[in-house]
Amino acid sequence: MSHVLKIENLQVSVGDKPILRGVNLTMNHGETHALMGPNGSGKSTLGLAIMGHPGYTVTGGSILLDGEDVLEMAPNERARAGIFMAFQRPMAIPGVKMADFLRHATTNVRRPDRKEGEDLIPMREFRKELKEKMSHLRMDPEFARRYVNDGFSGGEMKRAEILQLAMLQPKFAILDETDSGLDADAVRLASESIADIGGREKMGLLIITHHDKLLEHNPPQYTHVMLGGRIVETGGKDLAEELHRSGYDRIRKAYPDAEAANQEMIAEEAAV
Amino acid sequence: MATDISEKEQIGEINKYNFRTETHDVFKAQKGINREIVAQISEIKREPSWMRDFRLKSLEIFEQRPMPKWGGEIDIDFQDIYYYLKPTDHQGKTWDDVPAEIKETFDKLGIPEAEKKYLAGVKAQFESEVVYGSLKEELVDQGVIFTDTDTAVREHSDLVRQYFSKVIPPSDNKFAALNSAVWSGGSFIYVPPGVHIQFPLQAYFRINAESMGQFERTLIIVDEGASVHYVEGCTAPMYTSESLHSAVVEVIVNKGARCRYTTIQNWANNIYNLVTKRAYAYQDATMEWVDGNLGSKLTMKYPAVHMMEPGARGEILSIAFSSAGQHQDAGAKLVHAAPHTSGQIISKSISKNGGRSSYRGLVRVEPGAHHSKNNVVCDALILDDISRSDTYPYIEIAEQDVQIGHEASVSRIGEEQMFYLLSRGLSEAEASTMIVNGFIEPLVKELPMEYAVEMNRLIQLQMEGSVG
Repeated sequence: MSHVLKIENLQVSVGDKPILRGVNLTMNHGETHALMGPNGSGKSTLGLAIMGHPGYTVTGGSILLDGEDVLEMAPNERARAGIFMAFQRPMAIPGVKMADFLRHATTNVRRPDRKEGEDLIPMREFRKELKEKMSHLRMDPEFARRYVNDGFSGGEMKRAEILQLAMLQPKFAILDETDSGLDADAVRLASESIADIGGREKMGLLIITHHDKLLEHNPPQYTHVMLGGRIVETGGKDLAEELHRSGYDRIRKAYPDAEAANQEMIAEEAAV
Repeated sequence: MATDISEKEQIGEINKYNFRTETHDVFKAQKGINREIVAQISEIKREPSWMRDFRLKSLEIFEQRPMPKWGGEIDIDFQDIYYYLKPTDHQGKTWDDVPAEIKETFDKLGIPEAEKKYLAGVKAQFESEVVYGSLKEELVDQGVIFTDTDTAVREHSDLVRQYFSKVIPPSDNKFAALNSAVWSGGSFIYVPPGVHIQFPLQAYFRINAESMGQFERTLIIVDEGASVHYVEGCTAPMYTSESLHSAVVEVIVNKGARCRYTTIQNWANNIYNLVTKRAYAYQDATMEWVDGNLGSKLTMKYPAVHMMEPGARGEILSIAFSSAGQHQDAGAKLVHAAPHTSGQIISKSISKNGGRSSYRGLVRVEPGAHHSKNNVVCDALILDDISRSDTYPYIEIAEQDVQIGHEASVSRIGEEQMFYLLSRGLSEAEASTMIVNGFIEPLVKELPMEYAVEMNRLIQLQMEGSVG
């Protein structure tokens, strides 16, 4: 079955500061989209707004998943509807084991109508699947017994996010700089893992990145460039390559209004 | 089918401890406290004169001492409490010997079942008296004594007299004096040199009657190189008037011995729980208090370890959970009275629905206790804007060459943590329960499995209805 995530004229503020100023983006199931742009352009904000972070207020526009109004849903309903975000800086939950957390998450996402207190996926079944996925991602089984993101290295955090992606098998996944802070080997491993999961499970991927390694293993059909809270240009794989090679100077010059908005947002952020 | 049962159980669980049993008391003293009532308690117990004199002297101290000026608000009318209530004539050696309605109470609490599964011995106290006692035969053969303190006064009087009130004298505080005057029941344990008791000994304390005061007195002596794990649980039904639980627990851990004392206190929310607990640990001995406070209206309890000789170690793990109408003023005291001693306090408190949790702790290094090491970690978690957490650490150090550490943190369940869990499909209630369980996990993993399960279940009950 084909799924569509459709974002139209999305406007988002933090407090009374507008960040996104009308974003349009349509993703089909099975497609990979790269989202690029200089710092402060609003890339993470787009991801967090799609996921429903309470700190981001949608002031206009719409997000529809297969025609359903995503903006009406709480974050956990979005997760159960099939939206996932791998965070740039995932939160530590001290004392909660990865396996326990994942069992709750997986149960809820697979049984979206589950009521409070209903049984979790049977332990044996869950363990077997988790073990398989972890071995596939070349993760030490000990990892499942560690506390969620607690004392994880940058690389471990990113791999933990990928493991969650693999277990939850969403329809659409946003990867927010899943490659940042990783060394070359780790980026390669992460890239292959994502390609592997994405390829097999056929989800729609929105990859936010500054680097080319992740995209090398996950070649995007579309590349979007954000500046000043808007997508100013969309192209194919070539656009991503060009931006890696030459940076954002051409874009900044081509869209002076968006560039001015971007500078303003950075300046405001620095002032806070 | 299985789901049906568990669902029903869950509904029942919430009120699991809140049931009353119709009983036929054998003897109920008049309400209030005076010399006559204290003398009457001593007489009924057929005590030697030294204990009677001790009680009467303690009553004088109780009457003279002012109420504590710190901690929580105590609004007790001492003349409106029953100080002694004898529920049955004799103590059962098997559960069948216990009067049916009392046995039913402990059945509901799951005590006989737990005994079969994983306990080396059990004491069950109902109101003022221990109504059931057991100890595995091989432990009896090894010279272990596990009995109620009343019986111990009669049958092991030399041993009791040597240690009784030596660790906590009646002059210690007003409530220790009150307990010394009217004490009844409690556990007496003696573990002979070199004997290791593999499974826990458990005592269960139940208050059933309204306006009932429970004043058990526990004395534990772990002789050289021996070890024991003692566990106590406490519950009571909910009444409109307040009740008082005021225990005194004294522990002596001799050279090279080890004692762990675990409490899971789940009193009803109308009970003042004002308890004095202290241990003396001698050369190379280890004393551990694991203290879980979930119930009561006000708890004031600071288990203490005095490290009396080199190599002694004291560890205190404290969990406090306070909800609406509750104040947990819990903490710990470690006194380094000898060189080369070490101690650790880990305290975790959770406040929700307007509850108040305080950590009150003392670390004292006495003159001469050089090369002492002490570390305190206290973390508080506040679940909403109407709840409160306070920290009162007292540190007194009379030596130069010591290592002292203190870390404290207060956190709220962060919006970011919550969002992270919600973004993975968890409900708000599931997410906050998970965060709370994670918060106390370092303590829960120290408990034997059965108690860890019980603790998690109690936390879950406390958490129910906390969101939305």
